[in-house]
Amino acid sequence: MFRLARYLKNYKKESIIGPLFKMLEAFFELLVPLVVADMIDNGIGKGDRTYIYKAALILILLGVVGLVCSLIAQFFAAKASAGFGTELRDDLFAHMNRLSYAELDKAGTSTLVTRITSDMNQVQAGVNMILRLFLRSPFIVIGALIAAFLVNAKVAVIFLIAAPILAFIIYGIMIVTIPMYAGAQKALDRISLATREGLNGARVIRAFGRQQDETAEFCEDCGLLLKLQKRVGKVSAAMNPLTYVVVNLAIAAIILQGGREVDAGVLTQGEVIALVNYMTQILNALVALQVLIVSFTKAVASAKRINEVLALQPTVLDKEETVPAGEGRSERAAGKTVGEGKQAATGETVPAVCFLEVSFTYPGAKEEALTNLSFSVIKGQTVGIIGGTGSGKSTLVNLLPRFYDVTKGAVLLNGVDVRDYPQKELRSKIGIVPQKAVLFSGTIRDNMRWGKADATDEEIEEALSIAQAKEFVDTKEGRLDYKLTQGGRNLSGGQRQRLTIARALVRRPEILILDDSASALDFATDAALRRAISERTKGMTVFMVSQRTATIRNADVIIVLEDGEIAGMGTHCELYETCEVYREICQSQASAKEVQE
Amino acid sequence: MKKKNENGATLLRVVVLLKRYMGLLLLSLLFAVITVITTLYAPVLTGRAIDNVIGTGKVDFTAMKPILIRFLVVVGIMAASNWVMNLLNNRIAYHVVCDLRTKVYAHVQQLPLSYLDSHPNGDTLSRIVTDIDQLADGLLMGFSQLFTGVVTILATLGFMLSIHVKIALLVVILTPVSLFVAAFIAKRTYSMFRAQSQVRAEMTSLVEELVGNQKVVTAFGYEATAKERFYDVNHRLKDVGIRAVFFSSLTNPCTRFVNGLVYTGVGVFGGFVALIGGPAVLSIGQLSCFLSYANQYTKPFNEISSVITELQNALASAKRVFDLLDEEVQTPDKENALVLKDAKGTVSLQHVAFSYVPEVPLLKDVTLLVKPGQRVAIVGPTGCGKTTLINLLMRFYDVNRGAITVDGTDIRDITRASLRENYGMVLQETWLKSGTIAENIAYGRPEATMEEIIEAAKASYAHNFIRRMSDGYETVIAEDGGNLSQGQKQLLCIARVMLCLPPMLILDEATSSIDTRMEVRIQRAFHKMMQGRTSFIVAHRLSTIREADVILVMKDGDIIEQGTHEELLAKGGFYHDLYYSGQSKQEDCE
Repeated sequence: MFRLARYLKNYKKESIIGPLFKMLEAFFELLVPLVVADMIDNGIGKGDRTYIYKAALILILLGVVGLVCSLIAQFFAAKASAGFGTELRDDLFAHMNRLSYAELDKAGTSTLVTRITSDMNQVQAGVNMILRLFLRSPFIVIGALIAAFLVNAKVAVIFLIAAPILAFIIYGIMIVTIPMYAGAQKALDRISLATREGLNGARVIRAFGRQQDETAEFCEDCGLLLKLQKRVGKVSAAMNPLTYVVVNLAIAAIILQGGREVDAGVLTQGEVIALVNYMTQILNALVALQVLIVSFTKAVASAKRINEVLALQPTVLDKEETVPAGEGRSERAAGKTVGEGKQAATGETVPAVCFLEVSFTYPGAKEEALTNLSFSVIKGQTVGIIGGTGSGKSTLVNLLPRFYDVTKGAVLLNGVDVRDYPQKELRSKIGIVPQKAVLFSGTIRDNMRWGKADATDEEIEEALSIAQAKEFVDTKEGRLDYKLTQGGRNLSGGQRQRLTIARALVRRPEILILDDSASALDFATDAALRRAISERTKGMTVFMVSQRTATIRNADVIIVLEDGEIAGMGTHCELYETCEVYREICQSQASAKEVQE
Repeated sequence: MKKKNENGATLLRVVVLLKRYMGLLLLSLLFAVITVITTLYAPVLTGRAIDNVIGTGKVDFTAMKPILIRFLVVVGIMAASNWVMNLLNNRIAYHVVCDLRTKVYAHVQQLPLSYLDSHPNGDTLSRIVTDIDQLADGLLMGFSQLFTGVVTILATLGFMLSIHVKIALLVVILTPVSLFVAAFIAKRTYSMFRAQSQVRAEMTSLVEELVGNQKVVTAFGYEATAKERFYDVNHRLKDVGIRAVFFSSLTNPCTRFVNGLVYTGVGVFGGFVALIGGPAVLSIGQLSCFLSYANQYTKPFNEISSVITELQNALASAKRVFDLLDEEVQTPDKENALVLKDAKGTVSLQHVAFSYVPEVPLLKDVTLLVKPGQRVAIVGPTGCGKTTLINLLMRFYDVNRGAITVDGTDIRDITRASLRENYGMVLQETWLKSGTIAENIAYGRPEATMEEIIEAAKASYAHNFIRRMSDGYETVIAEDGGNLSQGQKQLLCIARVMLCLPPMLILDEATSSIDTRMEVRIQRAFHKMMQGRTSFIVAHRLSTIREADVILVMKDGDIIEQGTHEELLAKGGFYHDLYYSGQSKQEDCE
């Protein structure tokens, strides 16, 4: 939490004024019992009417001043906390944008979404609360103590005894119950799990006739939750009665001891009332602080989660970034390599893409996902990549745009190591169609411009037509202006997939990667798409990942992957002759799978 | 108006849930009354005690002592009854919720699968978990605060009136002012909150899109634009956020200010009354008692208004739960339904017609006779209706027309449990329960011994990988088999069926998503199981199809051809075309 405090630095003024005025308000609040005591003793006691008026006036004045102070405090607290939240959110978002695939895999994008939304809200509310209230409660407790001592030290000793006991009860119960609540929450999670399983597994449960057992088990889970809830309820229910008893014991003591002092002429009746009032104020302040601590712990937990995200360091960096600042030499060197590469690229002999003994291990994984791959591809070739799930097909193509960095070896693009390109430049050369057809809310045109920010309508139409998307776009109202809902849910799976293909084509990339991206297309469209790509994208190097042999059988080169290694490489006919794995795949698919289409 | 009635009906049903705990509830109410009265009586006693502290040398300790003792007794009673009341409330609320949850879950298990298939699981889940939780909170608050709040208001009024009518009226008239102030501010801030939640929603959907698809953002180099768009929303959020937070935080200081005015008013007015009338009309102690009442009189009002919102939420949640409970359960088994034991395995479909929705007819007129031990291969693209057929065979759904019989008996005359017991089902969507591997294999026969479990695992070629796992058969599987590969999960599902070995099988052959070696094992396991059993196989492999006794070719939800491999080829129809189009593709290299 405190590591995040630096985001308040632009709001220093606000974050000082806020608590300050809150304390002022508390101060005026502490004066009220004294004024009332004075009014009772001097006004009522002595029959002085004007004194009563005066006291009333002072009370109203105190009220007004308190209100003003409080408003000022609220305003600055709101301003500071909103400013804090905004700056932190900006930073967090920018940070998330810089993360590479490895970190995204580790954190999980859905987690990142909660971090920047609900966790952020929690922290912001926490900061607001701290600025407004965190100083107030201790201040009131201490202030009431001091005021009590000013009134009468002998009676005030009671405060010194009661206040710590109260604090002990309140926080003691809190400390005991927090883990108990966590336990109950766990039991509730268990119920969620059981419910989810009961719903997802409905068919199997019924098939085995286990409904009653499942219900009995669920009942048990509910019983456990019930037991835990009752247990924690027992403890937390004791909080109010206990504090109430202590406060009232103290009040009785104050009256008794106060009575002795009054009898001795040291204290007045009104002052006794004031002391009783201070006692209640202390109780209220402690209770408020307890609420505060609960939301504070929540905010701290959220802050911790946000810090975890901020602590993730992007692993894929541009070359300049990887060396410490000031080492301009290597920066120049990096620039030079890229330049040289470009020159070399004009020579016909340099392959468009070249894998040199590439191995790759996912962070945290024990085994290599890719082992010692070497191959090269000439510009304009179409490469088919096939293999079972987990054989490393997607991993292979993810190395090209540097979504991950190789563990060993190198990937060369036009003869230059991809790590020597600035990421932006590298990725602008590559068009990717991911496995999952992701589109964004906005018009079709907006989505197409993801590939190229300044794409003209002609360029977009051309891409749509290659991607076999023109036909269905024509049926949509407004065509390119047709609005997609979030995730493009108002389109069918196949339509979405064709649009993602078009999006990648809009920028006319040097390299096109189709990562199993025709899976939702029917056979005819798939074939037309492949034809269009091979005819109308001359010079484009195409990587086509697929599980279907039909999709890649016409490729110039087919790479067969098994368990991260190349099991065969060549044309369809060559591989069918020589590569057993390939033949097996073909045979297994030539059955119903193929028949289905 | 209608909504009000609906709320009333829901409330009534909640009350019915409480019926079992009526005794406890009454007890709780009794303790609530005791708590409130003792709470309010205490200031009266302190006031009286203070009245004995008049001035120097005029403190009457002998009169004060019994008052203080009584005070302490009252405080003790209050504390005890408050604690008991809280315990009772917890007990009632948590028990009701536990009952309700179990009831709903049991109900869901009885619902027809058509309900579960047509409603998102997440929705049903949130009804069982979140909504019921919300109801618990509502009930708890309702008991502990609504009731005590009302009693407190009434009792405070009574106490105040008994001390001094005029001052009491002053408090009654003035205190609601703070409520008005609060309501006034709430009304004004409502629009600001709406603006804030709108921008927040906008931000959330933006974040879900962009951060949720961060990989695509990276792939297209969209970072800068993304940042710009986020920045825009974020700064709009800041502006509306400051306003919303500030104005809503006005409520507390403002009501506190009004309360301060009331306090002052009571103090001054009371002061005059005391001054003019003397201690006989209003003593100093009584005045201080009044002051403390004035302080706490508004509190229950504020509490009640927040309780009412909470209760409304709870009622809305309760309604969602009751709606689920009102869903009709599947038609129960017939009273004299047959318990099917060790079926021979003759399955016949006679003119079966079925559709999920009347507008889209699926199976129109299917007739099929399967003799014991025969293998039926179902061929067709995904979504062709193979699940529909499985649904009908297992009686997850009932046919609309025609009949399905097993060993000559209409399956509607057989108990569901015994019918399903005679089928072994291995689907591609493998469902495993969180628990140990052994528990999962024994799912269909919980009483199976460890030897039997291992035997089944060996027979389904799962033993080897299980043995290699950290705790062998005691390895705990995470939710949905998270720590297993797809192929391993499928082998476990096969082992699960292998342990029961029912006379009829429904199998779903894997598509190409599993690595070749695992596939071979699954294939072998399937073959072993099918020996001598009537089997329905959703088939993808040529070998399986060719070996089948009957091939059903399904398309668009209907069976368009049926017969053996040779028959269908000879027929020269759809199957013939498909078969040869698949073949030729391979052979053009050879």
